[in-house]
Amino acid sequence: MATEENKTISTQSGSQEGFVYLPLIAGWLVPGGGHFLLRKWGRGTILAVAILGMFVLGLAMQGKVYANAHDILDILCMAGDLGIGLPYVICRMLGLGDVQVQVTIADWGSRFIVVAGLLNIIAAVDAHNLRTGRKS
Amino acid sequence: MGNPIFQPSHFTAVVLFALFASTVFGVTMREKPRDMIRYGLYCFVLFVAAAIALSWLMYLIAR
Repeated sequence: MATEENKTISTQSGSQEGFVYLPLIAGWLVPGGGHFLLRKWGRGTILAVAILGMFVLGLAMQGKVYANAHDILDILCMAGDLGIGLPYVICRMLGLGDVQVQVTIADWGSRFIVVAGLLNIIAAVDAHNLRTGRKS
Repeated sequence: MGNPIFQPSHFTAVVLFALFASTVFGVTMREKPRDMIRYGLYCFVLFVAAAIALSWLMYLIAR
């Protein structure tokens, strides 16, 4: 009985050791990265494929990657784009997504890119919850 | 600037959007794999059904 209690206490204290925000930051920078850090390989792979797939399809549809904001909608879209982390920086460096939306499908592409960023934030928060033990 | 590399129809775009979003929702909102799949499917069906219903609504309003 006492041994079980000790085991439970050591498990709980073990989950709080180290920098608890590391999976959150890793998950934000690299889609699925937070889960990989926690050795949740399956979940991490599914999240990475879904989020990066959506982002890449958005770019393939000539979606716009928001770089500067002129009005409130642009600011919101840019905030969503920033949620994808390093892929946003890479796109900015390579000039990908630096286009004017001229066809309807490109508008779809822009929404795909924004939502991929927002989904990545959800995934990063999920990694943080796994790290803190709020979720198993 | 050329044509987009990937040019899906509107319905294909809706289905792809629903697929990716519901996958992430399923994995992040539930704990057990079975529940993840069920919740993911539930979200996917709701996304697509809502898109079809709203499309018909807009079509009828536009007439």
